[in-house]
Amino acid sequence: MTIAAEARTTHHLPQNWLVRLLDNKSCLIFLCLLPAAALLLIFLTYPLGLGIWLAFTDTKIGRSGHFIGFENFTSLMQDRVFITSVWNTLLYTGVATVAKFALGLWLALLLNNHLPFKSLLRALILVPWIVPTVLSAIAFWWIYDPQFSIISYVLVDVLGWRTSYIDFLGEPWAARWSLIAANTWRGIPFVAISLLAGLQTISPALYEAAMLDGANAWQRFRHVTFPMLMPILAVVLTFSVLFTFTDFQLVYAITRGGPINSTHLMATLAFQRGIPGGQLGEGAAIAVAMIPFLVLATLFSYYALARRKWQQGEDND
Amino acid sequence: MTDHAAAERPHLVEKETSGVIDWSSGPRRFITVYLPLSIFVIVLLFPFYWMAITAIKPNAELYDYKTYNPFWVSSPTLDNIKRLLFQTDYPQWLLTTMTVATVATVLSLFSSVLAAYAIQRLKFKGSQYVGLAIYLAYLVPPSILFIPMATLIFQLGLFDSQWALILTYPTFLIPFCTWLLIGYFKSIPYELEECAMIDGATRLQILWQITLPLALPGLISAGIFAFTLSWNEFIYALAFIQSAEKKTVPVAVLTQLVEGDVYHWGSLMAGALLGSIPVALLYSFFVDYYVASLTGAVKE
Repeated sequence: MTIAAEARTTHHLPQNWLVRLLDNKSCLIFLCLLPAAALLLIFLTYPLGLGIWLAFTDTKIGRSGHFIGFENFTSLMQDRVFITSVWNTLLYTGVATVAKFALGLWLALLLNNHLPFKSLLRALILVPWIVPTVLSAIAFWWIYDPQFSIISYVLVDVLGWRTSYIDFLGEPWAARWSLIAANTWRGIPFVAISLLAGLQTISPALYEAAMLDGANAWQRFRHVTFPMLMPILAVVLTFSVLFTFTDFQLVYAITRGGPINSTHLMATLAFQRGIPGGQLGEGAAIAVAMIPFLVLATLFSYYALARRKWQQGEDND
Repeated sequence: MTDHAAAERPHLVEKETSGVIDWSSGPRRFITVYLPLSIFVIVLLFPFYWMAITAIKPNAELYDYKTYNPFWVSSPTLDNIKRLLFQTDYPQWLLTTMTVATVATVLSLFSSVLAAYAIQRLKFKGSQYVGLAIYLAYLVPPSILFIPMATLIFQLGLFDSQWALILTYPTFLIPFCTWLLIGYFKSIPYELEECAMIDGATRLQILWQITLPLALPGLISAGIFAFTLSWNEFIYALAFIQSAEKKTVPVAVLTQLVEGDVYHWGSLMAGALLGSIPVALLYSFFVDYYVASLTGAVKE
């Protein structure tokens, strides 16, 4: 058939032509990937590049900036508030992650028992994670109220353990611990449910074998549960570290970085300088300063991925 | 291991057939399992109880712990909720949030299903790398994107419009949904598609009539996830929307209800509670799908 003839047939049968085009594998692949790729390239890859560029400029809101090299970064290194925000971010991520994983693992082990109302329990436990963070943060804000805190009430008036009410959000350290507690509270369900899913994939035969070898509960946990859980633990840990490190909502909702800028995380400081402050370049530089930490966490995750062939093992199919 | 424990061994093994380990029994089980579990549940749910009870407390009780027991309401009132619904833009915020979340979810699900299908089912050279790129995209947090995104949104003339949110939410929804759906598609036997192909079905027919119906639980959970993630989103909505009436619930509750020095805790808690209920309800209907899909995604 000549090209002209083929063109004529396709002209007469547009339906058939379209069907055949869609059945062409490479064409179909292209069309399938197009919507996702277009959205991600325009609204993710491009802004990421633009953000890095902005970090090296003195752009302000309503005024395009000039390239100023590392000036933003050198001035940030002498900025007490920035240094504090870096320390806060590390402290917040470190302490909250350890707490979330210790408590989440404990909860997962508890949930892995024979329990009545198992699915109701799982549903209830997920609630803190489901409810919009800011809305639960507002509840914490009220729980941490200096005058009407229910925690102070219990400690002072019910138990009599303290004589004065705690000013949870008025002192730098009290505010930091309050934020870490709220973050831990919110993170436990995700860790617990993910690890529970992991626990349920462990074959009971392994425990039987361990028990026949005389392993006690701790040894079974240490030598069976823990190594089997390791791949999931690594991935959940990466996610958790990443999202705790870049957390914004909770701190913005509860303290907005106060008292006197003492609880700023890098993300909240970037927002404060960049959007209401109008210093887009400086804000972008603070955001970009988070990237090295994120890359480290991602590499860690990639290592876990490579070991587990997570979600992409071709040998299964 | 003591002889006593050794004697008990066969009994223990028998108990484990369902795949769950019984660590202990009797009163010891109460101390090691039920007690800590109850504490976890109480601590995890207390803020919501506190939210709910504050929302229906009259001010007199709210600020007087001496006369009234703070853990209970003596004379519940709907004043806080009434004030929220009739004296603020709350219904408007709910509507906006609902619209933005729905449109962003539909857009993301559509893109993700196609992308996941291409990556998992239409194996091609480099599909592995596309999958990896999508996974990496999920690791890029909104906190580092919102400043350049704000300038982009401004250049596109989308600032202060719902489209700013509808178009930016897919940046975290697509990677997540695609990742979830890849796992789901993987669990569907490839043979089913091959049979259809031998019967002369086109690839689109296969996707539409075979793979998608089988992946429905995965689609539902990806949809719920996407919807709740959009509902929960805060930083973009805070940075890209200026007009009070166009704000989403989380942003509006925080920025519009908190004005001046006097906090209306009752209305604030009512706002937080009402904003949580839609997503909580959605989850409660689909929690089993949710746990199943999470297990599916985590399991190899």
